[in-house]
Parts: sequence; C-alpha cells; structure tokens
Amino acid sequence: MPEATLVEAINLALARAMEDDPDVVVLGEDVGVNGGVFRATAGLQKRFGPERVLDTPLAELLISGLCVGMAAQGLKPVGEIQFMGFIYPCLDQLVNHASRLRNRTQGRLTCPMVLRTPHGAGIRAPEHHSESTEAMLAHIPGLRVVMPSSPERAYGLLLAAISDADPVVFLEPTRLYRAAKGEVEDNGEPLPLDRAFVLRQGRDLTLVSWGAMVKEAMAAADALSADGIAAEVIDLATLKPYDERTILNSVAKTGRCVIVHEAARTGGFGAEIAATIAERGLSSLLAPVIRVTGYDTVIPMARLEQYYMPSVERIVTAARKTCQFS
Amino acid sequence: MASRRINQDLPVIARFEVCHRSYLAPDGSIQRPLPAFASDAKLLTALYRAMVFLRLFDRKAVALQRTGRLGTYAVSLGQEAVSVGIASAMREEDVLLPSYRDNGALIWRGVRPEEILLFWGGDERGNQFSGPAHDFPFCVPVGSQAPHAAGVAYALKLRKQARVAVCLFGDGATSKGDVYEAMNFAGVHKLPLVFVVANNQWAISVPLRLQTACETLAQKAIAAGFTGERVDGSDVVAMHAAAEAAIAAARDGKGPHLIEAVTYRLGDHTTSDDASRYRSADDVQAHWKEEPIARLRNYLVAQKMWSKVDEEQLAAECHERVDAAADVYLATAPRRPETMFDHLYADLPEAYAAQRRELAGEHDA
Ligand SMILES: Cc1ncc(C[n+]2csc(CCOP(=O)(O)OP(=O)(O)O)c2C)c(N)n1
Ligand SMILES: [Mg+2]
Repeated sequence: MPEATLVEAINLALARAMEDDPDVVVLGEDVGVNGGVFRATAGLQKRFGPERVLDTPLAELLISGLCVGMAAQGLKPVGEIQFMGFIYPCLDQLVNHASRLRNRTQGRLTCPMVLRTPHGAGIRAPEHHSESTEAMLAHIPGLRVVMPSSPERAYGLLLAAISDADPVVFLEPTRLYRAAKGEVEDNGEPLPLDRAFVLRQGRDLTLVSWGAMVKEAMAAADALSADGIAAEVIDLATLKPYDERTILNSVAKTGRCVIVHEAARTGGFGAEIAATIAERGLSSLLAPVIRVTGYDTVIPMARLEQYYMPSVERIVTAARKTCQFS
Repeated sequence: MASRRINQDLPVIARFEVCHRSYLAPDGSIQRPLPAFASDAKLLTALYRAMVFLRLFDRKAVALQRTGRLGTYAVSLGQEAVSVGIASAMREEDVLLPSYRDNGALIWRGVRPEEILLFWGGDERGNQFSGPAHDFPFCVPVGSQAPHAAGVAYALKLRKQARVAVCLFGDGATSKGDVYEAMNFAGVHKLPLVFVVANNQWAISVPLRLQTACETLAQKAIAAGFTGERVDGSDVVAMHAAAEAAIAAARDGKGPHLIEAVTYRLGDHTTSDDASRYRSADDVQAHWKEEPIARLRNYLVAQKMWSKVDEEQLAAECHERVDAAADVYLATAPRRPETMFDHLYADLPEAYAAQRRELAGEHDA
C-alpha cells in the first residue's frame, strides 16, 4: 500500500469523492490554483475545473452560508476554513441553519455539507492559528463533529463525512498534517462516523483522546508499558455523536480512565466523557477519572505553546496516579 | 454628502447611477407610461386579490395571537405590494428565500395559509409546506438567508439551469455583513440572484437614518459590482415590473440585481411590539396615504377593471378562506413530543435514541 501523510490522505479523499460524485464541490480561500494553504486541495482545480473547486472571496460566514444554500439544492459542498481561529463567523450558519435545516423543514430541505478546518496548536503558527474549540461545535444538535488522527482514518472519515446526509464539521490536526504518515489505500471505502477506534488494547487503564493528542496518548502508553502498565488507547475520532459504548466497555474492563485533550479544560469535551462514565460506568471505576488537558488560558503563542499542550509526561504522571489510587 | 468631490484637481474615474421606478401615484393615477402587463386585467386583479387576502389574513393572525392561540406574528400592513409583486414575477422552479415578513410571497407560491399559521403557532410542520419543495422557509435570524441565496444561485448556475434565486430581507438586514458577503459573491460570479430589500423605514424601533448614511440602499449593489434600483414599494405595478425585469435578466445570464422597495411598515414590528413607543401616530397616519391596496384599487376602478360588487365578493371569499385556514390550524393537534428527534439527522444516531425513548415514555431496561 502507498504511504501518505495526513494531508495527502485528505487530498486523496477529496479527489476520490469529486471523481465519484459530480455533486461534490470544494470551496474556500486559496483552495484553487494554490491548492489550499496546507495543500489539502492541491491539484483539484486542475482536475475538476474552477466551477467545482472555487476560490471564494475572503469571507468565512459566506463560505459556510454558501454551503447551506448549495446543499439545499442537492450539491455536496466541502468548504475549507483556513484555520480554526477563523471559523467563528460560521457559528451563526452552523447553529442557526446547517444543523437544523432538516429539522426546521421536517425533512423537506437537508444540508449534506462538510466544513473542514485545521485544528490545534504545535506548529509555531501566528496568533489565532492554534485553536481547539471543538467542544463548542460538539454542543450543536444536528451537527456531526469528526477529527481523525491518522492518514488512514482521515481518508475514510472524510469520505464518510462527504457522503453523509447531514452537516459535518471535519477538524484536521494541523500538527499531524505532515508528521503523521501511514499506508492509505485509495479504495473509496468510508469509515463509520459514529465509532471510536481502539488503537491499542490494555487491561489496566483506558486512555481516551482525539486529534493530534492521540499521538501523545500512544507515546504515553509506550512509556507506561515499561512500568508494566497496559494502557488501552482509544481514538474518539467522532465527537458528535460520540461512541459511548466503546468507552464504557473499555472502562468496564480497566476500571481507570484518563482523558486527554488539547483544548482548555472547562467545558471541554473531556467533561462530557467523564460525566458519561460517572452516570453509566461508576460501578466499574476503581479510581476517579482524570483529565489531562490544555489549561484554562488563552492558547499561548509559539514560545509557550509547548507548556500549554498536554505532554507525554503529564499523561504518564496522571496515568500512574490513577493506577496507584485504591 | 456622497457626491462631494474629494479634490477638484483630481479626475473622476467612476460614476454610478441609481434609478427610481414608479408608475402609480399614491392616488392611483398614472405617473408614467405603464408596462405592457398593466393592461392585463387578470394579472392586475390577481395582484389586488393577493394583497387584500394578505391583509385580511394578517388581521386574523393577529386576532388569534391576541386571544392566545398563535405565537408572535409579523404583519405586512402597508408593504403588501413587496412580497406579492415579487412572487408574482417568479416561476415555480425559481427559488424563494424569504425573511419572516414575506407571507404574501409564500402564499402566492402555493403555501397554504394554515401552514403559515402552523409555523407561527410553533409547529415545524408549517415549513414542510405545499409551496415549491425547493423554497426556503421563513428566516428569523435577520439577513442570514442571503448567503444561502448565493449558494442556491451558484448551484443553479453550476448546473446550467435557467432558474433564479430571489432573496428578500429588510432595511435593517442591509447593515449586516452576511448580506454584503452574499452580494459581493453574487457579483463576482454573476449569479442568477435577485436581492429585494423591503425598506419599510424601520428595524423594530431603529429608523433608517441610524442604519446607514447611504442615500439609497439600492446603491449597496454598486459596491458589490452590480446594479441596484429604487422602486416605489407601495406600487405593486412597479414592484412586479422591477421583479419581472430583474428575474428575466438573471435568467438570461446577466447576473444579480438589487431592488430596494421603498415602503412603510404601518403596523407594529410584530405582535410583541408597541410602535407608539418610538414613532408618532401622525407620522404613521401620513403614510396611510401611500398604502398599496387603495392605490391599486383606485387605478383598477378608474380602468373599469374592478367594481364594488367585485370588492364585496372578494371580501367574502377572503373571510371564508381565512376562517377555513384558522379552523384547519386550530384543529391540527401538536405532534408527539418524541418526534422532535425525527428530523434531527437522516437517521437518528444510536447515541440519542435513548433520549427519544425517554421522551416517548419507553423505559430502557
Ligand atoms: C441577527 C438578528 N438580530 C436581531 C434580531 C431581532 N430582530 C428581529 S426583526 C429585527 C429588525 C429587522 O428589521 P428589518 O431588517 O428592517 O426588517 P423588518 O422587520 O422591518 O421587516 C430585529 C432586530 C434577529 N431576528 N436577528
Ligand atoms: Mg425594516
């Protein structure tokens, strides 16, 4: 199987979707000739033409609103927001329209759109380029929120997102765009949008994460295994609707859980998972659930960002503490 | 003012114009040669009937609201010519993207009055209406339907369909970025899209002069690279003519156009509003002289296209239809609570199925 980086996998999925379905259109800033600032759309305009791969004016609200209008007409728009820090003008469209057009019209109009955006810190980017505000989006009924953590899952999940009948926000871990490499078969096979992936089996502890942090969680599991602690690592992959079953099953087995996310702690998606475990998995818990997260600060710029993001060390410390609890 | 030269020594490199369109004077007399369709008694009386129906329907809706049987409702009093004039120039296959005050357009396009009552009565099924299935529902977040219109128009153009999107909003909406973003995009791609601003002088209590320093709202189109015109929005002949021309041009690949319909909101903003808090009765009274229904009636009567008997018959018909609609609405039972889940996603994810069961009173084991 050919190797691809995560961003190449995104590109492969977009090309495959456009090839298979003439209703798929790609739109955003610089997505045409330039192929997107991260090159996720490289070569698409040349292949599919400027009508299906269009450079929009510099207006994020517009991009999301265009997607709603196009989708209502039966197209399958895939909009790109250059960085998550610029997605906020889209919230009006996501909350008031995309997520509820189907419900408002009782199924008469639907909104099969995808809004893609890079997510997270760690690339020494300028201010406002390192956001991880996924919990905001996961709070919106009617939306799906997806975040892959490997090229293979990026490919399959993006195909699924594009063919899904409802709006999907697709968050791409910027830090992994080129750092993550793996085998990707361009076979057009989607992955399920409502299932978490168990990346590593273990009986002592459950580590739940998503996006770029999955890499740290895996590294922490390696470090813990040296201590004889077998951590199970789960990539949540889809935050909305999220796969409670896989997490509860794992916690039923391990009795201990550490949730790792890059986003600030308060109101982060980790709180949702912890609450679910408290409600429905309490009897299997042997220790309190711990969250290892970004701090409740503004995400610092390049010089301090590494101190903000959960490190392997912080995860390992939390995991040991959980395992020592009795 | 906008026309002030910055520096007399510098050459002028661009000039822009905004035209004004009106045919019938407020008293119904003819101001300028009428468009050809004005001799079509059938069309003109249909416009008249639609406006009268709308006014009576509004009255009924307010009565239902005042007696606790309908939610907040926005009347079209004084601006009936806008939605009726526009919708009457559209084809079935064109796509309407209305605001919340465009009942007249929806009804013209086949939405049943009882469906409109159902919506304002708090039932989403009102949007699953009998009008064209591709039309958008009422839009409450002001101006946010404008980018949808651009997306719809882009899709129509991409598929090389001879169809046009028509987007309506108020004067307040023109202050919003999304409206401008949509206009700007429509200009770039020469989209088959007609924007209609119902400039009724008010955005709830905020008068137009606090909304913009522009002399006209039509000129906002110029900044987006296409034409705008000002139309007497209380003259349904002018509204229909402007819409017909703009829609035909858009269908013909000539790109977008903006119609600023200058009219006046004679009623409260909605049933939740009390306009006497911010405008004088004298001001409102002065605008009653311009209202669209009497204006067209005067014209029709003068042309012998309309008689007293017609008027009486119409009133009786309208009352009957309005009462029938209210009866159907009031007799429609609410849907079962758990159906709030049924159109959330194409297939309800398992994650939310338990919540649906809970609401349905089914208890999980
Ligand atoms: C984005 C947004 N802001 C505020 C409101 C509350 N609101 C409803 S109607 C309205 C005034 C709108 O005025 P205009 O656009 O002129 O339309 P009109 O009501 O006069 O038809 C306001 C402020 C809203 N619905 N949406
Ligand atoms: Mg207004």
